[in-house]
This record gives sequence, C-alpha cells and structure tokens, in this order.
Amino acid sequence: MSTDLAIIGAGPAGMAAAIEAAALGLSVAVIDENPAPGGQIFRGVERAGGDPALGPDYAEGLALARAFRAAPIAYHPATALWHLDPEEGHLSLDGAPDLTARRVLLATGAQERPVPIPGWTLPGVMTAGAAQILLKTAGMVPVGRTVLAGQGPLLHLLAAQLGRAGASPVLILETTPPGRRRAALAKGGFWAGRRLLAKGLGLLAETRAIPRHCAVTGLRAEGRNRVERIAWEGGSARCDTLLLHEGVIPATHIPLALGLEMRWDPVQQCWHPAVDAYGASSHPNVAVAGDGAGIGGWEAAVAAGHLAALDAARRLGRLAAEDFAGRARPWLRRRREALALRPFLDALYAPAPASIPDTTIACRCEEVTAGQIRAAARLGATGPNQMKAYLRCGMGPCQGRLCGTTVAALIAEARGSTAETVGLYRPRAPYKPITVGALARL
Amino acid sequence: MDGAPLRVPQGASAAAAVLLAGADAIRETPVSGAPRLPYCMMGVCFDCLAEIDGTANRQACLVPVAPGMRIARQRGARVAFGG
Repeated sequence: MSTDLAIIGAGPAGMAAAIEAAALGLSVAVIDENPAPGGQIFRGVERAGGDPALGPDYAEGLALARAFRAAPIAYHPATALWHLDPEEGHLSLDGAPDLTARRVLLATGAQERPVPIPGWTLPGVMTAGAAQILLKTAGMVPVGRTVLAGQGPLLHLLAAQLGRAGASPVLILETTPPGRRRAALAKGGFWAGRRLLAKGLGLLAETRAIPRHCAVTGLRAEGRNRVERIAWEGGSARCDTLLLHEGVIPATHIPLALGLEMRWDPVQQCWHPAVDAYGASSHPNVAVAGDGAGIGGWEAAVAAGHLAALDAARRLGRLAAEDFAGRARPWLRRRREALALRPFLDALYAPAPASIPDTTIACRCEEVTAGQIRAAARLGATGPNQMKAYLRCGMGPCQGRLCGTTVAALIAEARGSTAETVGLYRPRAPYKPITVGALARL
Repeated sequence: MDGAPLRVPQGASAAAAVLLAGADAIRETPVSGAPRLPYCMMGVCFDCLAEIDGTANRQACLVPVAPGMRIARQRGARVAFGG
C-alpha cells in the first residue's frame, strides 16, 4: 500500500498531524504500537476520559481522540515499525502489511529518564509513569505503602491522582537540589504560562498533607526479592511500592537508527533530533514532531503536529506557499504560548548531578553495573558503541533505550569527558524484536 | 496466569494482569535469574517480557488482555529448539 504521509505514533502530535493532513487532502496512515489512540499522556482516554481522578486536562484528550477516529485516516493500532528506509519511503511493519510513504513523520514522543539507583530492578519499583498508565488503562492503584521519589511535574500530578483514587502515597522524596528554585524563577514566563503555573501550584496545594523530604540524595531501594524499604541520606522508610521519576526525555531510538542529525540539550541533559520550526529533520523525507523532537508537553506537541502536517502538504504540492504561512501562524503562536513556562520548568527540574554507586545496575537487560562500565571506560572503551563489545550493555531486548543516557554519562565521568562528546548508541533495525516467522515471510 | 484463572478490568494489559494477580515476578532474568516485574509499562524497558498464548518474549505491557489468554512467566533464557 502507498500513502502520502505515514505517521509513527498516535499521541497528541501524531493525532493532530493526521487530522490536519487528512483535512488538507493527503492520504494518511498512522502506525502505533499501542492498542488505542492517545499516546502516553492520553493513554486509555477513550475508556477513562471522564474519570475524575485523572482530572480535566486528561479529558481534553478525548476530543482529540474522537476527531482522530472520525477523520479519513488509515489507522494501524498494535502495530510496530521495525525498519524504515527513508530513501524509498518503505516502512516494514509488524502487525500490518508494509507501507510506502512519500513523507514520514516520527511522533514517537518521550520516555521517562532512567533513575539508576541501587535496588531499582527489584519487583515493586516502577516509574511514576507506569503507575499513571495502570490508573488510566485499568483503574489500578498500588496497595500498601507507596513512596514517590524524584522530581518533575508528573511526580506531583501522580501524587494528586493517586490521592483522588483513594491510594495517596505515604511519602514524597524530592530530589531537586537546593537553590534550583531561585535559578528557575529568574527564567520568567509566568504571565504567558500562568495557566500551567496555576495548575502546578494547585497540585502542590492538593498534595501538601503528604509527608515529604526535599533535596534528598543517596536514594536506594532495599529488599530481598521485592522492595521493602526506601533509604536515603539520613533516613529510611517502609515501602511496598516505590515510584521513581526524574522527568522525561525524547525517545530517540528511531532518529538515531536513521542517522538523523542530533542536538544535545545541556540543561535537560538529553539528545533530540535537529528540526526546523515545522519539524523537518536533516533527512529530506523525514520530520519529527512532539516530545520526540524536544520535551514541550502535549499542547506544544499538538501545535507541532499541525505544523508538520502543513509542511508535508506544502512539500507534496498540496498547499501553496502563501496559504501555508497563513495556516501555520496560529499554530506557531500556540506553540510559543505552550512553551512559555518551559525554561522555568527545565531550570527547576534539571537532572541533579548524581553519583551512581559502582554496584548499581546501569543496563537492566544485561545486568551490567556502573562499576563495570567505569572500569571498561578506563580500559579504553571510548563510547557507548564500543562499550557494547566490552560488556554487552545496550544489547539486550530494550536495545539500549533505557541505559543509553546512563552509559554515556558514566563513560564521560570515567574519561573526564562530557556526555555530549561520547555520544549515544547507534541502534539498528529491527527497532522492535520480531519473530523469526515474520522475517521468514519477507 | 501460569494456569491460574484471573479476572481483570477491560482495557488492562497482560502486564497489568500480572500485577493484579499479585505475582512475585513476571520473569526471571537470563543473566542472573533475578525476579522482575513490569517497570515502565510503556514499551521501553522490556522488563515485562512474558510468554503470551505460546509466543515467548512478548512485551506484556503492549498486549491487551483477551478472554482465555494464557500468560506464562519466563524463567531464565529462552531455548531456540526443543525446549
């Protein structure tokens, strides 16, 4: 099958781009590995959009999902892209027949930043995002004593949502270092970002009865075959479920595999593909929109999706240059407004400089410790790709999605270099594991 | 799960079902045999790999539960032939 625009991901950016592109007369296919539209932020929104525990922002995703369902779009849920040839526009899919597209938009969103603390592989330790997904998709909350540890807007949102669902966390351990608030306040953007700011302050007020410690360091999860205690510098507490969160970073797996030009964000300590105002990447047939191009939140992602769709229509000769400028203007403005508070949030919640103990697992798949990576770096492994040959880190089933930034930071630390200089893994197809049977059918 | 019947809400993933069952692990790792449960629930970490309806190494967090589905935990590494 052949299409004008193939969109990977049905989150806010992917849905918005698909709706806009279809309205402009392009044939559109959307590939998403999840069973329903929404991405992570609006996961399960068609099922749980009215759940009061999840709040009014979540309900806003329902309108987007409904418009997406109603538009003439070839939507392939529960389908994984496992190879993309951007020259030929060929997409190899698991779950649907292969596809040829004139232009490809990657709207693959974000993932949570890894939080490699001692004991983070124990059953009972999850990410805050994981707990939120369980709430959205199955109405599930953890039983027993739940502790939230880390920093970022999601931590406070989840604390409030769990409270509304009758399962309030017993303790919040905030890792934001002292002095961050002052540095962040200098960034401004409060008037333009007042709605988001009010929401954040509201969440803090809603959760103020929950005991909390600030500027926590030295987090470690303890227990034999399951987390039983959370300990930190100067304290510890009983804990049945530990939810970790240190913000989100762009999902760079496919951009890196394609060899797209990447940029380092020195504040957020993460990589993102280099894109122009409309999402165009360094490859002439590939665009990136939403959090996958740099963390901005769902409203910025919706605007970026519309802009990328307008750009696709222009490039494919379906939209004249003068029409393009007029249609793009309101979305450029909306994105600017949505990003107004971002410099404040980025400065406030920049990752704290953490020293990972040598015995802590960095690569969860291959169970490679921070100490092993430091030792190999001192032996001469200069970057993450060479480290694969030394230790197999990044070669397990997750293909380095979860350990990539940690391994790069450890190499940089051991070699007196920077994460920006040592670079990242170069992932290869298949982007997702496929069966031998699927390969045999080629 | 592992032969025991389980009722889960509609929309729950196989990984959510394993958590609802109160299982102590969804798999034991190929390297050290350590127990793991789902970690990220969004298709990134692959800690929820399980055998679902006879197919090994599936990301349980991406598979919605269907009536009669069989979920089996994975102990250690897979074998290529014979089992």
